[in-house]
Amino acid sequence: MLAGATTNIVFGLLRIAILTAALKAANGTIADYDLAAANSYVWLGQGLLGLVGLWGQFDLANRIRTGDVVVDLYRPWDLHAAQLAEDVGRAGYSLLTRFLPPVVFGAILFPFQWTEPRRWPLFLLSTALALVTSFGMRFLLNLSTFWLLDNRGVIALYGVVSGMLAGLVVPLRFYPDWAVAALWWTPFPAVLQGPIDVFLGHGDAWLTLAHQAFWAVALYAIGHLVLRRAVRKVVIQGG
Amino acid sequence: MAERIYPALVAARLRGQASYRLSFALDLVAQVIAQSLELVVILVLFSRVDALGGFSVREVLVMYAIAGVAFGFADLTAGQLDDLPNYVRSGTFDAILLRPLGSLPQLMVSDIRLRRLGRVLAALVVYGYALATAGVHWTPWTVLLAVTAPLVGAVIFGAIWVVAATVSFWLVDSRELANSVTYGGSAFTSYPITVFSGWLRRLFAFVVPGAFVAYYPSLALLGRPDPLGAPGWVSWISPLVAVASAAVAGVLWRFAVRHYRGTGS
Repeated sequence: MLAGATTNIVFGLLRIAILTAALKAANGTIADYDLAAANSYVWLGQGLLGLVGLWGQFDLANRIRTGDVVVDLYRPWDLHAAQLAEDVGRAGYSLLTRFLPPVVFGAILFPFQWTEPRRWPLFLLSTALALVTSFGMRFLLNLSTFWLLDNRGVIALYGVVSGMLAGLVVPLRFYPDWAVAALWWTPFPAVLQGPIDVFLGHGDAWLTLAHQAFWAVALYAIGHLVLRRAVRKVVIQGG
Repeated sequence: MAERIYPALVAARLRGQASYRLSFALDLVAQVIAQSLELVVILVLFSRVDALGGFSVREVLVMYAIAGVAFGFADLTAGQLDDLPNYVRSGTFDAILLRPLGSLPQLMVSDIRLRRLGRVLAALVVYGYALATAGVHWTPWTVLLAVTAPLVGAVIFGAIWVVAATVSFWLVDSRELANSVTYGGSAFTSYPITVFSGWLRRLFAFVVPGAFVAYYPSLALLGRPDPLGAPGWVSWISPLVAVASAAVAGVLWRFAVRHYRGTGS
């Protein structure tokens, strides 16, 4: 548990060092990010990463591959909702073990840009929407096992690109304008950059929240449809 | 015996990976993309600034490429040590000790991750481009250095991986902690060490000898003195550092295995 938080902090230190070197070379500001904003960005990102489960759990994919999912489908519950509930529970625990340690570490030891008090509720709402969006994407990836059987390649691919597209590695605003515009058509910014933008007061918070809400709902709906199709093609192997 | 068993084991692993073709292809592509995305980050930063830590984009690309090839090769052979905590926790490490082969080589061939070649290939392309454009003064020595630097770096990374993995003999859930020096080391070595400061630099550059993977060989290739003031010969001693790291890793591994206690079930 502590080991995970330590790792998040070490990577945070490496990332803020690189960003700081870039800011120094650019005389202090790049695309609305000064040193304090860059610190908030890095440490919030390192915290949110575990909270929203960007590279989260893919247990369901294993259960689909082994066939155990049949037991889950038997149960008198909505599998989709149950999975979401489980993920919300996991996130609640991560709030203490994954989110707070890097953010507290960064806020104490580095210049840190705090949010205005009235933005706190918006930030909380944005984080909740980020979690549901992240869950929605991971749920679809899990379901892809029904068709691929071995979907580790897809998950590896997702793990590699999601951080970049969500704004974990470099603030999305650092990218060329056309790339930023294209990215905001996808659900990825909703997972990390969204809450950070709301926190830092970058852009219109309500617009960011609307983007997040749209994708949270859309992905949940798509997940629901895909699950219905997947269940129809379940083949029970042996027994 | 060992010289016949290891090729057979490696061949079996390779055949295994080739059996799920689509998944393997996607995994390979993921590795190419992973390596390329690190390149994109460097290019995005340099679209905003002219220099990072006093180095131009071409110079940083030389470091990034050496680090990428070195890390890719190390990951190919030593990457599965990431799974050691599972072996120790579940007690399956006992089985490895019972076999009449070295425990470390057994683990290293237990899953040759062929997909990591994607990372190596992507980095090699950039290496070729960077060497051609960074203004390297070619002599027999710099040619030799350019060829050996990624391999020497791979040995250093491999040693780091082994040392990081030994922690799992004492800590139960140490996978992520080990990742902070292996993957963290990879992130560190892709940039000039002048970007970092204080104890973070000392830790990753010299305790974990990350500076010798890409930074110092690149200085020698580019013919630049170290802005931090290290004498010129330091840029050439990476092979010695690699031998020393491998020796330390070997000793630590033996020490750790001797202190291994099974889970008892």
